[in-house]
Amino acid sequence: MTRTSAPVDAPVADAWEGLVTTALLGTDRRTPPGSRPGPEAPVALLDAAATETVRRRAGLRPARAAERPQAAPEDPRPPLPPAAARRLALLLADRPGPSGGGRRGAAPDLMELLPQWLAAANSHGFGPPPHTLPALLDAARGRTDLRPAVLEFAGPRALWLARLNQDWRFALRSARGGGAALPHVDDDERTQQLWQEGLFAERVALLSALRSREPASARELLATTWATERAEDRLMFLDSLRSGLGPDDEPFLEQALADRSRNVRATAAELLSALPGSALAARMAVRAEACVAVDHTQTAQATPTPTTPTTQSTQPTPVIAVEAPHECDPAMERDGVVAKAPAGRGERSWWFGQLIEAAPLGTWSRRLGGRTPREIVALPVADDWQGELHAAWCRAAVRQRDAEWSRALLGDPSAPEAGGPGAVSLAERAKLLGTLSAAERAEWVAGFIATHGLSEAFQLLGVCAVPWSGPLGRAVVDALNIARDAGSYPWSFSGVMGLAERCLDPSEAGRLDVLLAVPDEPENASPGAGGYWAEAFQRLVTTLRLRAAMAAELGAP
Amino acid sequence: MTQQGVRWTADQVLALAPDTASRKAGSKLGAAGPWSEAGSSDEGTVWGLCKGSGSKPYQTIVDIADASGPAYKCSCPSRKFPCKHALGLLLLWAGGDGAVPSGQAPEWAGQWIAGRRKRAEEKGSEESPASPSGSADPEAARRRAERRAERVTAGAVELEQRLTDLLRGGLAAAEQSGYGLWEETAARMVDAQAQGLAARVRELGAIPSTGPGWPVRLLEECALLHLLGQGWLRRERLPDGLAATVRSRIGLPASVEGPPVRDRWLVLAQYDTTDPRLTTRRIWLHGADSHRTVLLLSYGAAGRAPELALPVGLALEAEISAYPGAGQLRVALGERFSPPTPTDIRPPGMTTSQAAARYGDALRDDPWLESVPVTLDRVVPTPDGGSWQLADADEDMALPLTPAARSRPGLWRLVALSGGAPVRVFGECGHQGFTPLTAWPEGPGDAVALC
Repeated sequence: MTRTSAPVDAPVADAWEGLVTTALLGTDRRTPPGSRPGPEAPVALLDAAATETVRRRAGLRPARAAERPQAAPEDPRPPLPPAAARRLALLLADRPGPSGGGRRGAAPDLMELLPQWLAAANSHGFGPPPHTLPALLDAARGRTDLRPAVLEFAGPRALWLARLNQDWRFALRSARGGGAALPHVDDDERTQQLWQEGLFAERVALLSALRSREPASARELLATTWATERAEDRLMFLDSLRSGLGPDDEPFLEQALADRSRNVRATAAELLSALPGSALAARMAVRAEACVAVDHTQTAQATPTPTTPTTQSTQPTPVIAVEAPHECDPAMERDGVVAKAPAGRGERSWWFGQLIEAAPLGTWSRRLGGRTPREIVALPVADDWQGELHAAWCRAAVRQRDAEWSRALLGDPSAPEAGGPGAVSLAERAKLLGTLSAAERAEWVAGFIATHGLSEAFQLLGVCAVPWSGPLGRAVVDALNIARDAGSYPWSFSGVMGLAERCLDPSEAGRLDVLLAVPDEPENASPGAGGYWAEAFQRLVTTLRLRAAMAAELGAP
Repeated sequence: MTQQGVRWTADQVLALAPDTASRKAGSKLGAAGPWSEAGSSDEGTVWGLCKGSGSKPYQTIVDIADASGPAYKCSCPSRKFPCKHALGLLLLWAGGDGAVPSGQAPEWAGQWIAGRRKRAEEKGSEESPASPSGSADPEAARRRAERRAERVTAGAVELEQRLTDLLRGGLAAAEQSGYGLWEETAARMVDAQAQGLAARVRELGAIPSTGPGWPVRLLEECALLHLLGQGWLRRERLPDGLAATVRSRIGLPASVEGPPVRDRWLVLAQYDTTDPRLTTRRIWLHGADSHRTVLLLSYGAAGRAPELALPVGLALEAEISAYPGAGQLRVALGERFSPPTPTDIRPPGMTTSQAAARYGDALRDDPWLESVPVTLDRVVPTPDGGSWQLADADEDMALPLTPAARSRPGLWRLVALSGGAPVRVFGECGHQGFTPLTAWPEGPGDAVALC
């Protein structure tokens, strides 16, 4: 305060300066004002300094006020119910320490529940207690995955706060214009102005928002400035057309196929191939058809399966024959086929994969003798082309969001090859599952877990809707129970256990009660495993109960 | 003194935790999962069985209604106090979602509670007849005090010598002489049993390394130390109040002598300062009727939290007694008539100018005072270059925040609470600026702890 406040009065300030100078030099060199040199001089100096010190302190006055900050915008949302506010404080208090290691024990991991809590609070439209904003922003700073939910919940005051603290600048960058800042959809003038003058992030936000409401006007807005945009901006803008993609977009995308930038061309081609009725899709279909045919002259002997006894090999079984392209001509390149293969891949199979991926899946039934997707996938493929062909079909099914083809490629969840290395990898299966309805997805994964256990299921569980459906949750709990009885340690399943804590329906908690006791150890079990399993199940149940309580606290009006 | 319907908030429970690790561990146990047979009584006792890693669950009991402060018992081996189980149980109880139903205490809890109540009664009946707790031999006590005063006098004389030597040679030389000289002097003050002098001397040694402006600060502290030494040497000639202040600043033990004051005390703030040997807890209270703001001090040995813990924002009915000394704010907590409960009481506030004047006035009684407790009303936290100030909403005046307050996370809770609008802030106001400790929003809303 001494620095910012006015001195009591000038002569006194001078007297103090004199005392400080004398004290620095020492009374042997300079005699304090109003005393004589000699042994008493230091005491005289101390006496005077004591008087001045108390006088200076007693005379302190407030400073002039600096310019006050602009008030934070109103947050019209209703405040959290008291119980939910207490819960939030608890969740935020459980910040991960610097040494995160070690066994997890039986207590729930509260930080892991924060995302769910935020989602629920946001869905109810509650606003935060203002003093929790710093902790919320700190949590979002450390975990980028939390940012969208935190910033939505934290609301306008958090952005106001972030302008005052460098540590929270990310909030200003990541805030998606968020309704308030974006012009109304009918406000053409402001829309045009923001599109012409806005920062890149604002323009992306504007385009995405517009696209979600009126796909055509977003495309038209983009077309007005397309020719003058920078290449990397064109790429980002083009990407925003991904949502709400429809046949109307084809002319614009066809035009983008001739773009100067290779990345823009590739993205335009990818988008066009996701439109099965587009001209590009038709051109690709022609190219792809030229590569794939049913060969009735060959027998299936080249790829015998256990179910095909050799006695039947005299009967000609249809086989898919593949003739990969011999060159990548300029027309193919214009349609987005990348000519140069990555290191370690044959050029012809590289081109072939791209053609199949971009061709409409509807092509194949016609081309391959009116067979259904399931029948086509079941056909043997000659000369080891099966992996390449099926993988490309998987990519096509995901891109075209074709549920029937996805189902065919996924196959039966209880089939032996579903769990191990097959033509379709687990990663591809996870993506294929994404094209199915939530219920069908959960049913397939439940079937998979029932047959193959949990060790391969993690990726598949990740694409299932939360909370898990009844059958899926039961399949997971049953499989955990079986894993426990097998006598291994629970941490081999910590990934699935963690998912279960977040995704299992809290109403299933009662079903787990029988698993909480420490079981008798079977002979071949790992030492102490039973106790650790009981602990893990206890944590699971506790977490589920906590989630139920959280939901109730937020649900109560 | 019934407990029905009174719940603490999670923040208030967590304020009892002895350290961050306990707070974290306690939070995790604040859910129904590991608990069984949990319950609470209308008399203010909470109990429960907590499943730990062993086969036998821990028995945890907390007595929050006890007149001498919350008491804990847990069969776990933790040396933390309260342990994480006690914290978890209180959080579960604070959650109020029916996990801790009201009921009759089980035998294992009932025994301990009954034992405590009985001991408390016995203690009460013992204390009341023997009024002044004077020592057995007043003559011996007087001789001890005299011997001690002689040693303090010797220490003060030596200190005066050191200070005059320093100023004869000049402060500029102090930057080179470093810490050792002052450590040695401080050790001599410890020998002289003048802890207050020793602490000030140790601070002197640190000042030359505190950055720009250190000669001014060093001269100020030397001068105030000189003033204290002179005050001791001439204590017989000082007014009684100032003499008592000098004795307490020197570090001589004093016993409470003021008459007990019964009031409804709002807990304004609680914070700890730690050094390797000692944890000091400061608790500021505000009397709803007496309008007095008083300070409770409690201490914990290395690594242990002080036993007394009062949740900020609650109020308790209790008696306090003042320590001697003019303008002394330190009190001792006497009998408590109610456990801390939620309250609407807020301390009345003032402007920044009034707060600065309040500090100036207080220096008359105690020139060594670093700060005074004040509540500012209608102030706006305002950025001021690299620093912050609290600006009056209705005047053009502001108090800068102390350097310590600027670096605390509580600053941002205060700024967030305000959002550019006026708030009411309790804190310590002194020559270094203002240190906010607790804030209230302008409208309705709970106290927000900032420390």
